[in-house]
Amino acid sequence: MTLIATLATTGDNSASPYTDLTPAMTPVQALAESNRCLFCYDAPCIKACPTGIDIPAFIRSIATGNLKGAATTILSENIMGGTCGRVCPTETLCEQSCVRNRAEDRPVAIGRLQRHATDRLIDGEPAHPFARAAATGKRVAVVGAGPAGLSCAHRLATLGHEVTVFEAKAKSGGLNEYGLAPYKMADDFAQREVAFILGVGGIVVEHGRRLGADLSLDSLRADFDAVFLGVGLGANNRLGIPGEERAGVEDATAFIERVRQALPGQPPTVGRSVVVIGGGNTAVDAAIQAKRLGAEDVTLVYRRGRAQMGATAWEQELAQTEGVVLKTFAAPKEIGETGITFERTRLSDGKLSGTGETFTLQADMVLKAVGQKLSAEALGGLEVTGGKIAVDGSYRTTLPEVWAGGDCVATGEDLTVQSVQDGKLAALAIHSHLTA
Amino acid sequence: MADLRSTIAGIRSPNPFWLASAPPTDKAYNVVRAFKAGWGGVVWKTLGEDPPVVNVSSRYGAHLDTDRRMIGFNNIELISDRPLEVNLQEIIEVKRDWPDRAMVVSLMARIEEEAWANLARRIAETGAADGLELNLGCPHGMCERGMGSAIGQVPEMVEQVTRWVKNAVNLPVIVKLTPNITNILWSAEAARRGGADAVSLINTVNSIVAVDLDAMAPTPVVDGKGSHGGYCGPAVKPIALNMVAEIARNPDTRHLPVSGIGGVTTWRDAAEFLALGATNVQVCTAAMTYGFKIVEDMIGGLSNWMDEKGYRTLDELSGRAVRNVVNWNDLNMNFSTKAVIDPALCIDCGRCHIVCEDTSHQAIRIDQGEGRRVFTVVNEECVGCNLCSHVCPVPDCITMVPEQTDLPYVTWPNDARNPMRVPEAAE
Repeated sequence: MTLIATLATTGDNSASPYTDLTPAMTPVQALAESNRCLFCYDAPCIKACPTGIDIPAFIRSIATGNLKGAATTILSENIMGGTCGRVCPTETLCEQSCVRNRAEDRPVAIGRLQRHATDRLIDGEPAHPFARAAATGKRVAVVGAGPAGLSCAHRLATLGHEVTVFEAKAKSGGLNEYGLAPYKMADDFAQREVAFILGVGGIVVEHGRRLGADLSLDSLRADFDAVFLGVGLGANNRLGIPGEERAGVEDATAFIERVRQALPGQPPTVGRSVVVIGGGNTAVDAAIQAKRLGAEDVTLVYRRGRAQMGATAWEQELAQTEGVVLKTFAAPKEIGETGITFERTRLSDGKLSGTGETFTLQADMVLKAVGQKLSAEALGGLEVTGGKIAVDGSYRTTLPEVWAGGDCVATGEDLTVQSVQDGKLAALAIHSHLTA
Repeated sequence: MADLRSTIAGIRSPNPFWLASAPPTDKAYNVVRAFKAGWGGVVWKTLGEDPPVVNVSSRYGAHLDTDRRMIGFNNIELISDRPLEVNLQEIIEVKRDWPDRAMVVSLMARIEEEAWANLARRIAETGAADGLELNLGCPHGMCERGMGSAIGQVPEMVEQVTRWVKNAVNLPVIVKLTPNITNILWSAEAARRGGADAVSLINTVNSIVAVDLDAMAPTPVVDGKGSHGGYCGPAVKPIALNMVAEIARNPDTRHLPVSGIGGVTTWRDAAEFLALGATNVQVCTAAMTYGFKIVEDMIGGLSNWMDEKGYRTLDELSGRAVRNVVNWNDLNMNFSTKAVIDPALCIDCGRCHIVCEDTSHQAIRIDQGEGRRVFTVVNEECVGCNLCSHVCPVPDCITMVPEQTDLPYVTWPNDARNPMRVPEAAE
């Protein structure tokens, strides 16, 4: 497969992948939208938020001009409220449950309001809104500086513990930095948020430290009072078809990371005809980025139907608006020199089967987004169940003094917001244990 | 199509919507724009004796909801600050060009007969005024000079001034009353005794509308200081409605025509004033909030509603609710109404529950339904207070349904539970 590079962005599709897809609200927009909130009692949106943010309270604070109070309400439950306001699939969480849907079919724009409030605090307030409790003298190791790890570290630090975060990559933020589409995290937001989180004090991040390389669970357990694992899902699933090793075939996560880490003005080159395989948000993110980087044709192919896609309806429509063609009920069979061959599929009684009929899409770039999995090699001694680290209701693993959370455990959907909640609750559990 | 032609104190206008004496009626330019927009009449901003007053810079304050909707409005502006002759000439020109519209002229003077009589004559001599309105209500600035509410708050002065003007000119005289008193009937009765052809009310309510928390001064802030001003707009409508009704049901004033003023913003507000006995309405804040075009929906809305209800003229509507305004002691103690929540319209906000639970009678129960909460009124606890129906964001979702009962109409004075009751004589 030979990459036929597109030299410049073409036609109408000149939007950069690096600019905000959904812009920040203006103060006037925030005023109007915040006044749509009904201040529900025991509000359904709170229950729908994995981190349990008191949404009516923060929106009321926006309406009354108490933006700092609004941000503090959000961040006290979700220290990554800024990222979640940008990337949460609100259409299936808080905004889906907004009572305004019932009579008006239009929820309060909770996600955008959350960004409005948190941006003001993260960008504008010199003082960190949270103070640390008196020092406990306890030291906790956190592995992974992604949403779960940083959430856990931040909560532990505020509770008075000293935290060391070990991160394999050069930057903190995890998927916020390396895995989310840049048009959702414009203007280096992931790093600004990391700086804000670390601003509470008591957290040291050591980069280039990888479990299984220069770190071991045993040494961490020996050196610290407790260990939290927020290692995420480090490996990608494979298609397992001929031609997968050809040049021009790449994991979507790796492609997104290249896009995210590109130097300013030097975005990665993409093919002229790009095929993305998968049906989740990563597939959509990769497809839209390829399009925005100048690919002429981007086709997202999923082996099941639209209803079974992991990407929300909003994400699917977004892809179509951006010019991505969605093709469903087709499973990849073989990647050749100039294209990729699919077999048509059908679903009956929940069971997927091939029809025998095939077709070939021309492609000079194939991005694989068929899911990620735990890298379990360095987790020796830990019980892994169903591809995830086994934990109890308090995020405790099967090893003493070791807790885990985020995408590497099976607490909910693999979402930033769920990881933040895992990290927060695990920190509270660790705190209880250390101060018992 | 309902007939909206209106006559009050002999003054005719094509519809009952007048602009009140205020900034919108300060000069010909504004008044001509108002007439082009469809307003039935104006009360020209208050004229005084020369030399004209001088106004300060920064004059208005506002009471806004969090979404910046105008709840109330206030001003510290004085009467017209233009020379009398300029105003009179403009009044002549405007009336000449708009003969079918009501041209009422507001005036204010020192508490001296000659001052009032001379000013009234000057206005009458134009031949352009359909009537006069005596400004006895301005609660800021002018009252410190012994005018406005300083007169309107003393019934004897109200009567005296009214008589002076009635004796001086042969024009209908409307006396504008201040709400900054203990009993509106005292001033209304005084105006009637003085010979008033009508009263208009309410003038603005004395107020500090807001405090600038940076300047630490009342708004509007004039070089770091603020003064109390006149409050108006939607928030004062209930105060005005009550005072209009008091006059309408008082035997001594019931035949005194009333021009209703105070927060009229929609045709519905106007209909309420008319139902309580007003003959027409005057508007200021709504125009100052939205411009003159709002009169279109006021006219159209009132007309459509009257058609729907079968009222052919304003006379058929005016005063229709007066007989139902009674004292508390005349209410039926045996009446009972209960809230009913329509689950089909409910959007699951829970506000009815929490306000009842926190602040009232613990009469709304929550049950978990399929994917949503179901709110149900506990009839045994519900006292029919209406709170839930007022806070519900969905129209008609919560209705108040009277209970069927065979009990007679019993007022508190006759209620067996009243320890002060005087038993009726045996029949």
